[in-house]
Amino acid sequence: MSVTAVTAGPKRGWRSISTWIGALIVGVAAICAVFAPLLVPHDPFAQDLGRRLLVPFWMEGSNPDYILGTDQLGRDYLSRLIWGCRISMLIGVTVTIVSALIGITLGVLGGFLGGRVDDAVLFAITTRLSIPVVLVALAVVGLLGSSVTLLVLTLGLLLWDRFAVVARSTTMQVRNLDFVAAAWCAGCSRFRILSHEVLPNIASHLVVVATLEIALAILLEATLSFLGLGVPPPLPSWGLMIAEAKDYMFFSPWVIVIPGVALFVLVLGVNLLGDGLRDLFGARTDP
Amino acid sequence: MLQFLVRRLIVAVLVAATVMTLAFILTRLSGDLAISIAGPNATQADVEAVRKAYGLDQPLVTQFFNWVGNALSGDLGDSYFFKARVSSLIAERMPVTLTLGLTGLVIALVVSLPLGILAAVRENTGFDRAVQLVTLLGQAMPSFWLGLLLMITFGLQLGWLPISGTGSWEHYVMPGIVLAFSAIPALTRLTRAGMIQAMGSDYIRTARAKGLSRASILLKHALRNAAIPVVAIAAVQLGFMLGGSIVIEQVFALHGVGFLAWESIGKNDFPVVQAVVLVLAVIYVALTMLADLMNAVLDPRLRGP
Repeated sequence: MSVTAVTAGPKRGWRSISTWIGALIVGVAAICAVFAPLLVPHDPFAQDLGRRLLVPFWMEGSNPDYILGTDQLGRDYLSRLIWGCRISMLIGVTVTIVSALIGITLGVLGGFLGGRVDDAVLFAITTRLSIPVVLVALAVVGLLGSSVTLLVLTLGLLLWDRFAVVARSTTMQVRNLDFVAAAWCAGCSRFRILSHEVLPNIASHLVVVATLEIALAILLEATLSFLGLGVPPPLPSWGLMIAEAKDYMFFSPWVIVIPGVALFVLVLGVNLLGDGLRDLFGARTDP
Repeated sequence: MLQFLVRRLIVAVLVAATVMTLAFILTRLSGDLAISIAGPNATQADVEAVRKAYGLDQPLVTQFFNWVGNALSGDLGDSYFFKARVSSLIAERMPVTLTLGLTGLVIALVVSLPLGILAAVRENTGFDRAVQLVTLLGQAMPSFWLGLLLMITFGLQLGWLPISGTGSWEHYVMPGIVLAFSAIPALTRLTRAGMIQAMGSDYIRTARAKGLSRASILLKHALRNAAIPVVAIAAVQLGFMLGGSIVIEQVFALHGVGFLAWESIGKNDFPVVQAVVLVLAVIYVALTMLADLMNAVLDPRLRGP
């Protein structure tokens, strides 16, 4: 049984094409992330100062061994790009898991129990929204030193708001439906109603939120790494690649164009997939 | 109306108090502040001196209440690095950040209102789809990267705009555009959705039946109602933009509050960091209150009895 009985159904035409494009981009990125050690043509960490800033294949004087050229330390750009994809996906997914655990717990409790609990949850959401995310994340990493674990925990603790908002509002809708009342009458426990009736019926909405959050987390990780307080070097995060290449961008713009395009395309792909899923499920994710 | 305002005010004060506590805890996360301030080459005696000088020898609870008490009277403490009052540092840098934020908001509104309205009027046409595509592209655009691309193109290759600093209005054009990009997708989607909803309502049918012109129906009837949520979200977006301007200020070397915070994080200047977090949060809370108020003023239905 579904809450979203009256949905528009999957949209045809260009919408479904864009969903497929999104799925394709995310699929390729997932393969790159999982099989990065097998896919990289060179060691992404091996420096070779004799081969600094080789140009990519579309420019005059490129080296066919290094399709996307090399960076300022002579490291193969394509290998670093693939390794960077692994880092982006890893952080995007883990941050989303952390924030989903926090947000869904708060949202479902608030929406299901109502009253004082709900007031407290709403207050937590309001407070969280008033905290400037980038600034606080920078401060935490700046104070405690940069590491991937710390970054994931910090972003996870900061990005649960949309999960909480959506989980809360959808739980409120489901709570008042007939089949939940029937479950109460049948003598089901609160926990059983939450796990067997409420959660399955709000799951589709949460999946859509999850995709949007993955995109947001990937963008934020890149931003923090760009500012020097994200993923520690020499790990090739795309944001860090752009930061390290910034000094050379006026003479060889491709050094920032390549990782930037990768970041842009991945985030776009995740968002396209999320939008497609939203249409498919008829889910609402606006707060 | 009054009851609504009082309730909102109480929540706002509670949120500010919570953020204050969090900001205080945040800066104490790293353990002993005195050691980090004194630096890596300090002797034990230096660390003790620093601890005394900054009042870090007192219990945490005392430190917290001192900070809160001083902050309430407008004293945000002294910066360790700049040797100046934190409040005057922030006041000095705030105009840059506010100018940037307002420039971004104006650009965002100028772009997204017409786009949203036109997309709604031509719902499900090629134009509507193009607008939706643009919002998706805008959402995926990393702001720091867009900033760098604009610098290369308009700053270096075309030489139209200065690439960093705050000398003239021209310095705010590129950062403003980049900042606007973060708000355009949400504002456009909301305008479009609001207009579509308004255009399908009964009072629009009545207006049509009266034989009013298309422009009059669109601008006087539909837009008025569709604008209510947009105005409110615009205020909230400004809050997000001020908080997020730290990235753009760093890219374009604009010495605003975000840049100050970034510098201070690098220098372990905790009083500045916690004060900037607090100030930005308070501004955000004030803007959301303003948004609620504007909602109530624009939409009599929300005022209640």
